[in-house]
Amino acid sequence: MKVQLSHPERTVEIKGPKKARELLRELNLVQEAHLVIRGDELITEDELLKDGDQVEIRPVISGGSL
Amino acid sequence: MNCTKCKTKAVIDLPRHNAAFCTPCFTTYVHEQTAYAIKHQRMFGPEDRILVAVSGGKDSLALWDILLKLGYKADALYVDLGIPGYSAKSREKVERFTERVARPHGATLQIHTVQEEEGAGIKELSNLVHRPTCATCGTIKRYQFNKAAVEQEYDVMATGHNLDDEAARLLGNVLHWQEEYLDKQSPILPASVEGFAKKVKPLYRLAERELAAYAVLNKIDYIVEECPMAKGSMMLLYKEALNRLETESPGTKHRFYFGFLDKQALRQGSGQAGATAPQSMAEKDRASLHPCSTCGQPTTGAICSYCKMMARSRLSSSSARRPS
Repeated sequence: MKVQLSHPERTVEIKGPKKARELLRELNLVQEAHLVIRGDELITEDELLKDGDQVEIRPVISGGSL
Repeated sequence: MNCTKCKTKAVIDLPRHNAAFCTPCFTTYVHEQTAYAIKHQRMFGPEDRILVAVSGGKDSLALWDILLKLGYKADALYVDLGIPGYSAKSREKVERFTERVARPHGATLQIHTVQEEEGAGIKELSNLVHRPTCATCGTIKRYQFNKAAVEQEYDVMATGHNLDDEAARLLGNVLHWQEEYLDKQSPILPASVEGFAKKVKPLYRLAERELAAYAVLNKIDYIVEECPMAKGSMMLLYKEALNRLETESPGTKHRFYFGFLDKQALRQGSGQAGATAPQSMAEKDRASLHPCSTCGQPTTGAICSYCKMMARSRLSSSSARRPS
């Protein structure tokens, strides 16, 4: 599956099938700081991702100074 | 995984609540948490005029969206900092949201452009005054948002600070024992003296991940990339540390920040020295603040930090232009 990552923006190819939770773990990313989006659908951690899926792992953390 | 409420397919799981929600139930959850925060903290009422500080990021646009959908009268102010490659994009997101969502609710957007009003972009200003960019940005934004809210007689100014922001700020303040900042860390800051707008944080009960999910599920087009000036900031480091703890022990951020708020309320109730609640803050403010001799906004010194910064900027830029 193609997995789009940010900071820096890049795309990596990851072998499926695997659960969203396992994908985050493989990429050493914590769930609390990311959303997993398949196509344009938000998915839960137990969702199974397959080869051919377009996946975005979106970071949710921002700095903020106000 | 199914929705805890309606048992249809869930789109987000919330380990800290041991729950999962489908899109409609999650949207209801976010609206209810915000409505509870507003009511519980007595932030504002249905007839009050609210000025929302928007940046183009998920939190502030989600806040504006939620307030409008809850039926509040909420306009917004965007401060264009002139950050190359970033401000133009974030401004576009705000303007698009205004057209698509806010204007149909009768809400308006104001834009303050730092380059036009302060004479230079944020990076140039921070270089001229020899201060970190984030500190310069904070001073300008706080000043301009407060000024707009007071001059245009808004009842309250609202910011998109979330649970992660507040927990990370609390961690930073505790690590450095900055007790004067701890005193001010509340979801609500009263209009303690003439010239200060009342400030509220209606999203303090919601985690950053929940607000990003709300934005995605409600098709709010926000700027995903981080401000280039925030790279390496301590706030990001504190958030990362807290998220590692949260992953191992869900609810850590909530317990940390809400435990602090409970203790703050208890200290107020007992009248103990160092009380941190809004009322004691108002008393402290009235004792220590007076109008800035240049602009009239409240300050502890003779001149407020914004006017000092602008004076130093004018001095630096005129000496730079002077031939040696």
